[in-house]
Amino acid sequence: MTTNSLTTSQGAGRAGDKVFSGATLAAGCLILVVLFGVALFLVVQAIPALVASPADIQGGQGFFPYIWPIVVGTLIAAAIALVIATPIAIGVALFISHYAPRKLASSLGYVVDLLAAIPSVVYGAWGAAFLSQQISPAYNWLAANMGWLPIFQGPASATGKTILTAGIVLSVMVLPIITSLSREIFLQTPKLHEEAALALGATRWEMIKMAVIPFGRPGIVSAVMLGLGRALGETMAVALVLSSGALTASLIQSGNQTIAAEIALNFPEASGIKVNTLIAAGLVLFVITLGVNMIARWIITRHKEFSGAN
Amino acid sequence: MTVTAPVARKRSALTKGQLPAFAPYIVLAVALVLGAAILALIGFNAFGWGLVSAILFTIGLVAWSGAVEGGRKAKDRLATCLVVGSFLVALLPLVSVIWTVLVNGLPGIITPGFLTTSMNGVTGSFDNKSVDDGTKVLGGIYHALIGTVQITLLATVISVPVGLLTAVYLVEYGNDRALARAITFFVDVMTGIPSIVAGLFSAAFFFALVGPGTKTGAVAAVALSVLMIPVVVRSSEEMLKIVPNELREAAYALGVRKWRTIVKVVIPTAISGIASGVTLAIARVIGETAPILVTAGFATTINNNVFGGWMASLPTFIYTQILNPTSPSNPGPSSQRAWGAALVLIILVMLLNLGARLIARIFAPKTGR
Amino acid sequence: MSKRIDVKDLNVYYGNFLAVEGVNINIEAKSVTAFIGPSGCGKSTFLRTLNRMHEVLPGARVEGEVLLDGDNLYGHGVDPVTVRTQVGMVFQRPNPFPTMSIRDNVLAGVKLNNKKITKGAADALVEKSLRGANLWNEVKDRLEKPGSGLSGGQQQRLCIARAIAVEPQVILMDEPCSALDPISTLAVEDLINELKDEYTVVIVTHNMQQAARVSDKTAFFNIAGTGKPGKLIEFADTTTIFNNPSQKATEDYVSGRFG
Repeated sequence: MTTNSLTTSQGAGRAGDKVFSGATLAAGCLILVVLFGVALFLVVQAIPALVASPADIQGGQGFFPYIWPIVVGTLIAAAIALVIATPIAIGVALFISHYAPRKLASSLGYVVDLLAAIPSVVYGAWGAAFLSQQISPAYNWLAANMGWLPIFQGPASATGKTILTAGIVLSVMVLPIITSLSREIFLQTPKLHEEAALALGATRWEMIKMAVIPFGRPGIVSAVMLGLGRALGETMAVALVLSSGALTASLIQSGNQTIAAEIALNFPEASGIKVNTLIAAGLVLFVITLGVNMIARWIITRHKEFSGAN
Repeated sequence: MTVTAPVARKRSALTKGQLPAFAPYIVLAVALVLGAAILALIGFNAFGWGLVSAILFTIGLVAWSGAVEGGRKAKDRLATCLVVGSFLVALLPLVSVIWTVLVNGLPGIITPGFLTTSMNGVTGSFDNKSVDDGTKVLGGIYHALIGTVQITLLATVISVPVGLLTAVYLVEYGNDRALARAITFFVDVMTGIPSIVAGLFSAAFFFALVGPGTKTGAVAAVALSVLMIPVVVRSSEEMLKIVPNELREAAYALGVRKWRTIVKVVIPTAISGIASGVTLAIARVIGETAPILVTAGFATTINNNVFGGWMASLPTFIYTQILNPTSPSNPGPSSQRAWGAALVLIILVMLLNLGARLIARIFAPKTGR
Repeated sequence: MSKRIDVKDLNVYYGNFLAVEGVNINIEAKSVTAFIGPSGCGKSTFLRTLNRMHEVLPGARVEGEVLLDGDNLYGHGVDPVTVRTQVGMVFQRPNPFPTMSIRDNVLAGVKLNNKKITKGAADALVEKSLRGANLWNEVKDRLEKPGSGLSGGQQQRLCIARAIAVEPQVILMDEPCSALDPISTLAVEDLINELKDEYTVVIVTHNMQQAARVSDKTAFFNIAGTGKPGKLIEFADTTTIFNNPSQKATEDYVSGRFG
């Protein structure tokens, strides 16, 4: 066979293809490396705190007695945020997807997205300067009338800078996250299911209960999980709003602390073993949020496979 | 005419047993009046009035509907009230935050020199003096603006190439390989990293690399990149995916190499979406406080070198002015500066959001004849 | 400016699925060859193997030889990019680049490959290609306007001009008129008739009248059933295929008894 004239091509072009695809691959791998690096560097810098003698850790009792109350505090704050935000977020998502006039729906969605655009430090400032003062009379009322419940035990904080206020501010911050995801899911409800329900004479609410909510349930669950991830890791709302202290059951007294706020408040002035302790606290937070997010993503992926969407 | 008139007046059988269309308005009016009356008894305030009226409206409308239309309709009306109510509740903090920032921030922002001076040399005694004598509040946010712009710019310079190239890999080369799926999954996970953890990572990284206590604008920029990259990847990926395959095929059929096809056809077609996604990503990280707090330190002076020395930024400026007022005995001036900075920051973020929408519209491929 | 194509024992696979089996065909230079057959019989898949465009789809591969004037497209060291500069392609739906003007669309093959070209040469190439695609008179006053602003038929002819501008030896057309109205179709068919003076044209079509109108030779592809590979049933002069086919299946298909 004679030489193939098609093989005489410009080698430079081929090299360009290799270089470019290599660069994209490298960028993708860099992301994996960074995520791995986040874990690695946190672990490396956290180890000194984990192996240090208990007396050197703040509180003098070692790392776990130190981290335990603020883990609980983090969970309390996140729980308050979710309890408040979830029903409202689902309501807002339903409003935008099924109640608002079609023409307005996208603009209203944009308005809710604005909530997500406001920087967290502004929320913190708002919570500290405005909300805590406005809400303080309500705390007095709760302490007086429902004080028999441990969570509302008095005397209420005079400044209103309590874990409940921080939780409320957090709920405002996670609201747009849960809303936008639920809204997406609700809009994907098969039109046929909705119309079938309406054709049977169902009211709008019955249609939502029959067609929209069952379809969207996994989506709502994962949206709430993602909101939880954000609430757990949010710093400013707590750091500025909460006047922190020891772990307490009452939500309307000052006290409690979250991991993120603990780091933000102490890291700038920290040195020596204290830095390692705070990084170790960050590692704990990282592991918790990573777990929450992975579960949420796993639910979403599984849901995608089953629903046949995409 | 005389025959049809009585027929027209009769109610249609299809609307029998329904509340008239104006019923909600009647209930609303009654609820507002009642609400005002109740609030007058226990001390009037607008928020309480709205809340009580809303509750009264819901109860009134549902009860009336239950009596006239039956339980199913009443439930439907209750659901509607709750859904609309939750939307209104969600608007409250938005309006309240923006109002608070506007009211408190305007005095700061209109103070001469606020945008053009730093906090260099501004001490507590100046603040005490301005409170005692009523003179203008000294000090400004120039150094913080410089810091925010530089840190965000550097973060963008790091994030956009990495994010865009990763998106290209996922869409053009990934082919649903295990590696591509892993990257997609971990990018999603990365979007959930708490911002303070990103800050700690960057701090720990530079502590190990350069030396303990390394705090510069660049460290903060790396922290912000960790937060920004996944956002850029996700938005660019979406945009690249919607570029029709036909365009790629057209280019390949002309004997254009894959990488040139991507660079000259695919990316230009998607550029408006990519640019608006990047702008939104910038808007997201420009307001981040926690990661900068642990990576760039605090500065009261202008620092133009992002690679050396502590650096201020708008969010950390707000944070420190509120938490550690320049004059502990007179926090007023500090608070005024903080709210002024907050207003500037919100305006920046809103401009970026608006810009993202404009970019998406202006640079969209033209189809017009 | 045109080359012949000889295909020897070609099998096309998607992963492990055999899509097209055992094709042997000899396509003359400077002629129009039509591929007809029912949907899913592999004619478009086969067409794509003639300039290695099937490789864009993940998992697609071929066995056998495709010779372009004796050079094997699938020979060792052959760059698919070189193949595609010699064998151009026009697609089912017009796909001008939306970010480019009409002029830039025509020059796309040159510009995207970063070849240096003087303004004069570029102008000449644009005019020559657009004239070759019977589009020059319609667009000469709006060369800087976006290509997506043209009508469907004009867009398709723009795509043909774009393919011609690379100066290929062969032009493949994958149902080029299926998205066009009858008048635009006529314009494209006229163009195909002119193209064969300079190029080897291979066209896939669903429309048998079209095959009869434009082609010199016709190849009939068929499939035994879903999941079975497509095969070349008969390849002969177009008049023979439509008037006096040797295979029963061909006769059934062209007379409209199935498919």
